Amino acid sequence: MSTATTHDEHHDHGAPSGLMRWITTTNHKDIGTLYLWFAFIMLLIGGAMAMVIRAELFQPGLQVVDPHFFNTMTTMHGLIMVFGAIMPGMVGLANWQIPLMIGAPDMALPRMNNWSFWILPFAGTMLLSTLFMEGGGPAFGWTFYAPLSTTFAPASTDFFIFAVHMLGFSSIMGSINIIATVLNMRAPGMTLMKMPLFVWTWFITAFLLIAVMPVLAGAVTMMLTDRNFGTSFFSAAGGGDPVLFQHVFWFFGHPEVYIMILPAFGVISEIIPTFARKKLFGYSSMVYATASIAFLSFIVYAHHMFTTGMPVAGELYFMYATIMIAVPTAVKVFNWTATMWKGSMTFETPMLWAIAFVFLFTIGGFTGLMMGIAPADMQYHDTYFIVAHFHYVLVTGALFAMIGAFYYWMPKWSGHMVSERLGKIHFWWSVISVNVLFFPQHFIGLAGMPRRIPDYSLQFADWNMVSSLGGFAFGLAQVFFLFIIIKTIRGGKAATSQVWEGAHGLEWTVPSPAPYHTFETAPEVR
Amino acid sequence: MSSSNGGYYLPAPSHWPIVGSLGMFLLLFGFASYLHGSTSLIMIAGAAIIIVMLFGWFGTVINESLAGKYNNQVDVSFRMGMAWFIFSEVMFFAAFFGALFYARMYSVPWLGGASNNVMTNELLWPTFEAIWPTNGPAAVGGEYHPMGAWGIPAINTLILLSSGVTVTWAHWGLKKDDRTQLILGLMATVALGFLFLGLQAYEYHHAYTEMNLKLSTGMYGTTFFMLTGFHGLHVTLGATMLFVILIRSMKGHFTEEHHFAFEAVAWYWHFVDVVWLGLFVFVYWLV
Repeated sequence: MSTATTHDEHHDHGAPSGLMRWITTTNHKDIGTLYLWFAFIMLLIGGAMAMVIRAELFQPGLQVVDPHFFNTMTTMHGLIMVFGAIMPGMVGLANWQIPLMIGAPDMALPRMNNWSFWILPFAGTMLLSTLFMEGGGPAFGWTFYAPLSTTFAPASTDFFIFAVHMLGFSSIMGSINIIATVLNMRAPGMTLMKMPLFVWTWFITAFLLIAVMPVLAGAVTMMLTDRNFGTSFFSAAGGGDPVLFQHVFWFFGHPEVYIMILPAFGVISEIIPTFARKKLFGYSSMVYATASIAFLSFIVYAHHMFTTGMPVAGELYFMYATIMIAVPTAVKVFNWTATMWKGSMTFETPMLWAIAFVFLFTIGGFTGLMMGIAPADMQYHDTYFIVAHFHYVLVTGALFAMIGAFYYWMPKWSGHMVSERLGKIHFWWSVISVNVLFFPQHFIGLAGMPRRIPDYSLQFADWNMVSSLGGFAFGLAQVFFLFIIIKTIRGGKAATSQVWEGAHGLEWTVPSPAPYHTFETAPEVR
Repeated sequence: MSSSNGGYYLPAPSHWPIVGSLGMFLLLFGFASYLHGSTSLIMIAGAAIIIVMLFGWFGTVINESLAGKYNNQVDVSFRMGMAWFIFSEVMFFAAFFGALFYARMYSVPWLGGASNNVMTNELLWPTFEAIWPTNGPAAVGGEYHPMGAWGIPAINTLILLSSGVTVTWAHWGLKKDDRTQLILGLMATVALGFLFLGLQAYEYHHAYTEMNLKLSTGMYGTTFFMLTGFHGLHVTLGATMLFVILIRSMKGHFTEEHHFAFEAVAWYWHFVDVVWLGLFVFVYWLV
């Protein structure tokens, strides 16, 4: 392992400044910051689209937008949140934290790290540009099922396809970097089973990404050739099958949902021990549970297709395999709870987000179990119930963990403590409004309201209005969050190195804010 | 701080990634525009920028390598990067092999009435018989001849397998510092690679002009051309990289111990080779 680090032209002198610093940077902290800002901007853009959706659904009937634009909004909202907000946000956390947590001077392949990021703004531009094209943007849902996305899709779909190619390329390079960093850059003594759980979860996530992003690239490539070059992948007339699309897509799509949530598990596993002032309960079982979830994610994907039609043996297999995921996930929830048990707990802002995560993610997990049961899923499929389910795991799951991570690590990044008062206002505002937003969607879903529909039957009117009000409040809360972020960057109480009384780990041994270069001489880990 | 030995090399800020991003954006945006009737100039500009980027970026890496800036730890990072990149390529091909198997195992038999799909066949495609190869119940693309396995494809298999041997022989030459063996081995490998491509091009031409076998010939034409086509693209890339390694070898680059670039390209070449074996068995042979 390295004991010293060399630099070509030492960065701090003669390095580009201003905008060029950010464009050409090879520093993991700079790149992490870029990722996080990109993710936040995308969160606001995707959130604005969600506001359009909730405004249209505020009342039955068509009043705000026309149906095609409504469908464009649901599609783009999903794509931007998944590929623009959650995934890059998690990669931003990885870039900032992994080298700090394993005692590495930087990521293993710093130039490629820059490229992984700088593809994203171009891909995002390409994706958003489809909104302004003739025929409108993609309107077939974020899952872009054929033949809606092939035979019946607008011309802008080809731009969407290439945007997905670029996003996948970026993710694959980012993941390769994380694997090489974790395997090759750890400080002496930092054995695999001593690594912080956030590093472990990202390490496993990186394998998932490398395995499935190329399959997504394959799926969109098949779409491209079916649309433009006369191939028959998704056309029964030529011997293909539209259902083939769903198989290829969900082979990517199911691991994808764990790609978005495993790093969140890692964040929560860092925050809870700090504020419970106890070591994480069941560290090794957490590692094994994460690996089991990752493995299972590859062999359960067709539970997204119970109503598509498949042999009964297939339905049964995918049902049982799906329900099995509850076991390792429950191990995690149990371990978080057991970590808090008899801990001397305090409730600083990051801890509030983490506890909310444990509660609310578990609700999303339970509704997932309900839909994993094939005969019951026939009722829930494509209703607002599934919308409520995946927003509980993605918003109160992945997004809450990322916001918690911000409150937890921001003092280390900026050198300023985040205002506890503002943080708590942000927390309570968000946690109440998000439940007003999504909890009623369970009811209207069970009552039969379909998803991706701009108009609905009168019986769903009340809860839709409640949901929309919650949505507007939640959206506004994230604008307030922007204010908190900027305020903290500009000033605040100076943070100590350790920041939190109960914090352990290498990142808390360097000063706050973390210097531009850290661990140039590898620390000794006992 | 700037000690030059024993440390992990961290590169200075670089403008090549942003150039690459811009090139990639223009190439793909231009391609999509071109598909919808726009000029092809944007696409060509994007491709040109990417080529400039590749020369610039790899040039930088080669200079750093020659300057001895990469220690063993950096070398390990590179190895992991290349290995996992190849794995991602394997998964890309897996998607297309998956489509082939799905068509052969499920969609075609189902259209012919297998499993519980009797009525699909009776009502929609009563005359369709499920056999492979097929261009589907609507006979998309019309009458065609399927591609046999024992002409050019078998010769191409021998060519690629031999090229795997020659590249290993070249590697042995490099390791015992026998430059002649290294260069001859690489020349043979590059020649075999391009010979493969030439024969493949001839086969495609034959398919299009004599056999009415096209990309649009139903599921058979689709899987045949997409799988062999993407493989051909990878052979082109691999042979080009081997050619670069050949030039570098002639310039005296690489040492007996330190020659990661050579090994990375050799791995890639073996990967392309293995994919071909899968193609030969499942696309050409077992029909």
